[in-house]
Amino acid sequence: MSKAAELAALIGSQTALSNRNLIINGKFSIFQRGTGATTVNGNDVFAADRFKGWANGGGTYTVEQSTDVPNNEFEYSAKLTNTGVDSSVAAGDNYRWATDIEGYNVSQLGYGHSDAKAVTLSFWVKSSLAGTYCGALYSTTASRHYIYEYTISSANTWEKKTITVSSGDTTGSWNKTNGNGLRIYWGFGSGSTYQGTAGAWTAGEKWETSNQAAWIGSASATFFITGVQLELGETATPFEHRSYGDELARCQRYFYNFADGSVDSDAPISVGTYYSTNIIYSGVKLPVTMRAAPTLVTASGTSYYVAFRAADSDPFDSIVLSLSTPDYLEFNGQTNVSGTAGHGCFLRLNNASAKLQLDAEL
Amino acid sequence: MNITSAKYNAQDGTNLSICATIDGIEMSVPLDPANRHYAEIMRQVEAGELTIAEAD
Repeated sequence: MSKAAELAALIGSQTALSNRNLIINGKFSIFQRGTGATTVNGNDVFAADRFKGWANGGGTYTVEQSTDVPNNEFEYSAKLTNTGVDSSVAAGDNYRWATDIEGYNVSQLGYGHSDAKAVTLSFWVKSSLAGTYCGALYSTTASRHYIYEYTISSANTWEKKTITVSSGDTTGSWNKTNGNGLRIYWGFGSGSTYQGTAGAWTAGEKWETSNQAAWIGSASATFFITGVQLELGETATPFEHRSYGDELARCQRYFYNFADGSVDSDAPISVGTYYSTNIIYSGVKLPVTMRAAPTLVTASGTSYYVAFRAADSDPFDSIVLSLSTPDYLEFNGQTNVSGTAGHGCFLRLNNASAKLQLDAEL
Repeated sequence: MNITSAKYNAQDGTNLSICATIDGIEMSVPLDPANRHYAEIMRQVEAGELTIAEAD
């Protein structure tokens, strides 16, 4: 049997032929918040879509899109750079990066039941610091973790890593709907509070062992990653490439960069109407159904937004949410609005710092 | 999340959303328990760490 036939037989016997990869944006083509370096200092800092970082303890790192890739199968990777060394990590200090998978998308794993299934995580990685690295599979709702270790054998060299979790977790209450179903962690040198034992499902939230390389203690250390795939079964199949549009739509279920002044300072927003002389109402249908009613992330300032009406313009300062559902957003312009009730208008950004972004992240 | 301000936004006497500053960023948060920002606001309110100001 040829290798191709063997692979086809293997894929057919193990899992689905499509939608195998449970990770969204695993090849890091989507950076809606911007492709430049974003500093992680604190909790829940997003840069690459669907991936977020934590840095608590004095150290910091940045995340950016990179064109440094292992082979021509990929166009991009995520590059993490140590920009603030923590050379004396206290017990509670934590440096980690993760992607959260919605419960609907991991319900087939059967976690929390007696027939919980095996999964395999695979990814390409390159770091300036060789050594043992760790990560974990973790449930925020069941508070269960499974720590994995992998070795980066040579500094500054792309290597493919495969981690198989042969036994799914049969314990706990795992989210199976639109909550946090499963988190995949990568660690960078956290304190003893977050260190445990590799290779077993255990209660609590830990993502490293004591073997973890002190990446956060190494000035200007880098960590590149791409081709992240999590799939059902005990075998890593080839990375599942999805179309850019498919991947973007999947990301927009959690974050939608609606109008961003840093990209287009007079970006169009929508049409609206003057509800009264000093309030404009408008609404938009969202391009995909979001995970939950989204937060409107915005910025306000003098004349950050403008309404065009009656052959004239009406600059105003802020936009706030009036109705948010997973499918539809209604908002109103406030502060220094001046018009005639009942008049129609169309709205645009009016400043490079103005923005309207929708956040329904886990 | 570091929430430094939170105030209801209302129309005709009905609260519609919460205008908040979270991690230094302006946000307009829906009153939806599945929204992570609203969940954290309410967690901090219940813990006595945050008060949501009434709308003007």
